[in-house]
Amino acid sequence: MSLHDFTRPRLSLRFVPVWRRHFLVWRKLALSSILGNLADPMLYMLGFGYGLGSLMPEVGGARYITFLAAGTVCYSTMNSATFEVLYSGFSRMHVQKTWDAILNAPLNLDDVMLAELTWGASKSLLSGVAILAVIWALGLQASWLLSLWVLPVVILIGLTFSAMGLVMTALSPSYDFFMYYFTLVITPMVLLCGVFYPVDRLPDFLQIAAAFLPLSHAIDLVRPLILGEVPAHIFRHVAALLAWGGVSYWLAVGFTRRRLLK
Amino acid sequence: MPLLSARNLRKKYGDTEVVRGLDLDIEAGECFGLIGPNGAGKTTTLKMLLGLIAPDGGSIEILGTPVPLRGREARLRIGVVPQMDNLDPDFSVRENLLVYGRYFGMADSLIESRVPALLEFAGLASKADARITTLSGGMKRRLTLARALVNDPELIVLDEPTTGLDPQARHVIWQGLRRLISQGKTILLTTHFMEEAERLCDRLVIIDHGTAIAHGSPRDMIAAEIEPDVMEIYGERVADWGEQYGTTLCERFEITGETLFCYTRDCGRVLDQLRAQHTLRYLHRPSNLEDVFLKFTGRELRD
Repeated sequence: MSLHDFTRPRLSLRFVPVWRRHFLVWRKLALSSILGNLADPMLYMLGFGYGLGSLMPEVGGARYITFLAAGTVCYSTMNSATFEVLYSGFSRMHVQKTWDAILNAPLNLDDVMLAELTWGASKSLLSGVAILAVIWALGLQASWLLSLWVLPVVILIGLTFSAMGLVMTALSPSYDFFMYYFTLVITPMVLLCGVFYPVDRLPDFLQIAAAFLPLSHAIDLVRPLILGEVPAHIFRHVAALLAWGGVSYWLAVGFTRRRLLK
Repeated sequence: MPLLSARNLRKKYGDTEVVRGLDLDIEAGECFGLIGPNGAGKTTTLKMLLGLIAPDGGSIEILGTPVPLRGREARLRIGVVPQMDNLDPDFSVRENLLVYGRYFGMADSLIESRVPALLEFAGLASKADARITTLSGGMKRRLTLARALVNDPELIVLDEPTTGLDPQARHVIWQGLRRLISQGKTILLTTHFMEEAERLCDRLVIIDHGTAIAHGSPRDMIAAEIEPDVMEIYGERVADWGEQYGTTLCERFEITGETLFCYTRDCGRVLDQLRAQHTLRYLHRPSNLEDVFLKFTGRELRD
């Protein structure tokens, strides 16, 4: 192993044909993909939002369904990006050897990785938008204009979690490995970062831990936008998501080069 | 100037040097074979030539382009048939070609204009819209070869192109490769089927343990290295026969299991002797590349 693998990831538009490949596959399998990725979080949101929500007067200054819907936008975006780069990404890299075929063409591993990153974000954008569409359909948003700002945030969330997932894909010996990531990273993050209940209900030390996690920053941006407020500390939250995403992507490219280019 | 030249290539994994000072020169328009037993360093060498892994030493130039430094540029003019099929299973035959052409930066219209000829070449014209999962092993292999031609490459690199195919399918691939050679394409091929190398290659190099141990045209190598006649003798008592007659009747002989390989320039005497006994079966054949290969790399199993 050498540090040479960890030089700066190269960014080039050559990733576009690879992104288009993933898109074409998705288009063929879209129906089952839409059901799995979109219907599931929507059902949970509506079920818990109205079911549990009817037992609660207000959560975080809003109806519970609205509070939960904002969290679900982030949760669903994160999940969709993570699933795509972990399971589908691993299948393309390791099982189907799609990457090998691409690398025999005039493309580099960095191009393939950038396609994975942007594709993961594209697919998760769809999940985020689907939840947002439900929010709009139910009229949960306080302001149309502010709720539109959720879209760029969803793209950022998708990029961040795709990058984080790609680190796992790069290191994974098999599909089973991904269970660790879900059990040790994703699930605790969902419970700590205020998807289902406000973070201030947690013990202090957990609140401090939660403040560093990327999902917290995502929710701190999206929830005010749904509730009709301009988020506080925009720069800090955006910078945190960029940092998580940037560092993860750098590591993911490094680990993947080390894995494949030898 | 050769189309591909590699000097003193080296590659090390941990403490094992898998490629140890390999030199290669491939001329434009020839079919060049890289042959060797499993683990000889063939696939590693191909990966270095394609710029996919960096050599630990040595230099490579393909079509005037230094590799791996400008490996991506070199690959623009190379077509690759990998050892394992990696076609896109979710796509049709036609979509596989289209998507692959895009990786070369080709416009869809250009790719689409080439697709009919590629399908015809692969004998898949009637399968254009078939899913990959419905194709036979031979069809997949032919499609993989057609896919490698989508960018109209000058050099075609094939890593064990007929491994796992039945004889019919193998002959079709050979036919395709001969067509490409007659069109003036340059071919670099690895194989461990000596019949394949002997039929297709103008020149070849035998590598083992990462170094070249013999090179030349198949015909010259057979003439230079092996007696013209081979008698394969089978039977339980073959060892006894070897002890009794081997050194007198054969110029050289080898025994593996129940088979004795008797190499000779004078098959008449051996035949007379064999006809006089009834316990051993035998086969008389001209020597071939496999004999050369086994002479250089030995008969022990490589795992």
